[in-house]
Amino acid sequence: MHVVILGVGNILLTDEGVGVHAVNQLLERFDLPEEVDVIDGGTSGMDCLDQVSGADYLLIADCMRAKKEPGTITRLTGDQIPAFFKTRISPHQVGLSDMLGALNFHDMLPKTIVLFGIEPKSFELSMELTPEVGAKLSEVVDNLVAELKDIGLAVTPKRAA
Amino acid sequence: MTKRITIDPITRIEGHLRIDVEVDGGKVTKAWSSGQMWRGVELILLGRDPRDAWAITQRICGVCTTVHAITSVRAVENALNLEIPVNAQFIRNMIISAHALHDHIVHFYHLSALDWVDVVSALKADPVKTAQLAESLSDWPLNNRHVMTQTLEKLKTFVGSGQLGPFTNGYWGHPAMKLSPEVNLMAVAHYLQALDAQRHANKIVTLLGSKSPHIQNVAVGGVSNPIATDSQSVLTIERLLKLKEHMDALGEFVRKVYLVDVAAIGAFYADWTKYGAGVTNYLSCPDFPMDSKGTQFLVPGGYIPDADIGKYKPITAFGDAFLRDGVEESVKHAWYEYSKPGPLHPYKGETTPKYTDFQDDGKYSWLKAPTFYGKRAQVGPLANVLCGIAAGHQPTINYATKLLDTASSLLGSKIPLAALHSTIGRHAARAVRAGVMQEVLVQNWQALLTNMGKGDVATFNKPTFPKGEVMGFGFHEAPRGLLSHWTVIRDGKIANYQCVVPSTWNAGPRDENDVIGPYEASLMDNPIADAELPLEVLRTIHSFDPCLACAVHVVEDNQEVVQVKAL
Repeated sequence: MHVVILGVGNILLTDEGVGVHAVNQLLERFDLPEEVDVIDGGTSGMDCLDQVSGADYLLIADCMRAKKEPGTITRLTGDQIPAFFKTRISPHQVGLSDMLGALNFHDMLPKTIVLFGIEPKSFELSMELTPEVGAKLSEVVDNLVAELKDIGLAVTPKRAA
Repeated sequence: MTKRITIDPITRIEGHLRIDVEVDGGKVTKAWSSGQMWRGVELILLGRDPRDAWAITQRICGVCTTVHAITSVRAVENALNLEIPVNAQFIRNMIISAHALHDHIVHFYHLSALDWVDVVSALKADPVKTAQLAESLSDWPLNNRHVMTQTLEKLKTFVGSGQLGPFTNGYWGHPAMKLSPEVNLMAVAHYLQALDAQRHANKIVTLLGSKSPHIQNVAVGGVSNPIATDSQSVLTIERLLKLKEHMDALGEFVRKVYLVDVAAIGAFYADWTKYGAGVTNYLSCPDFPMDSKGTQFLVPGGYIPDADIGKYKPITAFGDAFLRDGVEESVKHAWYEYSKPGPLHPYKGETTPKYTDFQDDGKYSWLKAPTFYGKRAQVGPLANVLCGIAAGHQPTINYATKLLDTASSLLGSKIPLAALHSTIGRHAARAVRAGVMQEVLVQNWQALLTNMGKGDVATFNKPTFPKGEVMGFGFHEAPRGLLSHWTVIRDGKIANYQCVVPSTWNAGPRDENDVIGPYEASLMDNPIADAELPLEVLRTIHSFDPCLACAVHVVEDNQEVVQVKAL
């Protein structure tokens, strides 16, 4: 079994980078089994294709605007993950959803995809999360860990140095 | 009657580009290109250690990560007058040429081919005839009838499952779509194969850069890859041989598929050689330095005014004064204000936002308007290829000749070199450059191996920062064209930092003299068959490989993210 955990976002724009901060914290706090690859996808689309293709499980952490309280975590799976090529003007502009669309077209889509979307507060220019979103970061990581445990993978906290 | 069309955003992941055009009598009569996202990465860098700048600047764009990392270290090295070991040049050169191949292949097949290829029409194709056509064009092994039949089946399944639903309210069946079902099916087959091809390029970047999308191995002073002929954990001969396999696979794809497809699509859309020239002052820089100082380059670059390659003037070395002294940026039509009137040189550049609404005759973009000795200039593969031809660069001339000959024979009439000054010409130039990039990749691989054979394993020279102020700039011929970073360093800390990115050159708004930029100029006189579905606008803008270096990447929960507004 091959699991990919993909954190996406722009770390220069405050909460936009929450997905990347989440996977970084995941790596800091936990020892992960060999089957799990963690990718800091930044804002790339197609550049991640190679690492994502053929995975059995894909867990994504990303910033998601759904008009909720900042820091709200939403779990989406399968068809709930929006916009497989769903933009009218640009069915072929390559972002995360388009990368998934391309994988689908190519029969390389991971069997299970789960997205944790975190509601942002600010996209100002800063490399730090806002306090509201920052306070939820460990909960995002706990959610990712819970998903791994659900599919039977052993995840152990790192010992405090 | 004049009709105004607004397309916002025209790109999604790469940052928000808005295009407005006025259409009269079925063609574009006025155009505005507007960057809709504030890009202030420069401000984040102030006061930081110059050795960290590359890691931060590679985050400003989701597609061009590597290029900002490379350009940033070049800028700091230029400020310090620091030479780097040739091994570091070769490794960096392999990373950036592999990155360029990745970008060019993905751009053509996955970002823009669907402006020209009608996926739904491919459903009507005869796979046997498609294979005959494809095999007549190239001996690529995956052009056979089995592959074409499988592709058709896959497409039927995909459409049947409803996954293509969104495509149907795109541009399929648009009157500007001209390819036969067989050419469309061939293109769809190659679209799928291109997904495999780009993985080879990505593997090279990952193997050398330690990590992708964001490489980890560059440093001010060289690269952090240890080289050894006898150790397993570092860059070994074994690993280098593996790299070569990926390079060879890329060469096959570029020569037998990409160049041929562009020639074929160019021949079928030969009328598009008449549109989209826009600004025909071309600016590009030399790249792929083969010496420690940056005075000998594998690919030339320079300036060509008024589409006249006879007036080509080369840029010759890192720190070149002709380039350094020619660049200015105006904010007359951009949402910034300067502390004094007139355009500013990047060393003196200021990043103070001043937002107004979208004003047709005033400020309307977050992009500044760069000029070269007061003139607008187009950057990108077309500029690079034209400079290569002007400079007598043989690989560029070879690929350009081959592509134009293939397209001419398909069309049945001679396509001149001047046809490259066009929308479709930019695609042709990008394919030509991909051919050149693959040769550059192999040459650097060979150079590294040869140098290691001589026992030279140096990859890093330690930088030292002087007291007081130093200035430097770095340039790189990135996939979208000339990229430059300009930095002022005071007492070892960044005191100013400005990135003049390719899309600023091409997508910038009107300048100090109200002269329109390359995107805007290229749209003038483009035909528009249907103002509600302005496919032609997309064709011309997409031919530049648009990217605004300010990627915001947010999942929108069931919101319409693109608007076409025809007034």
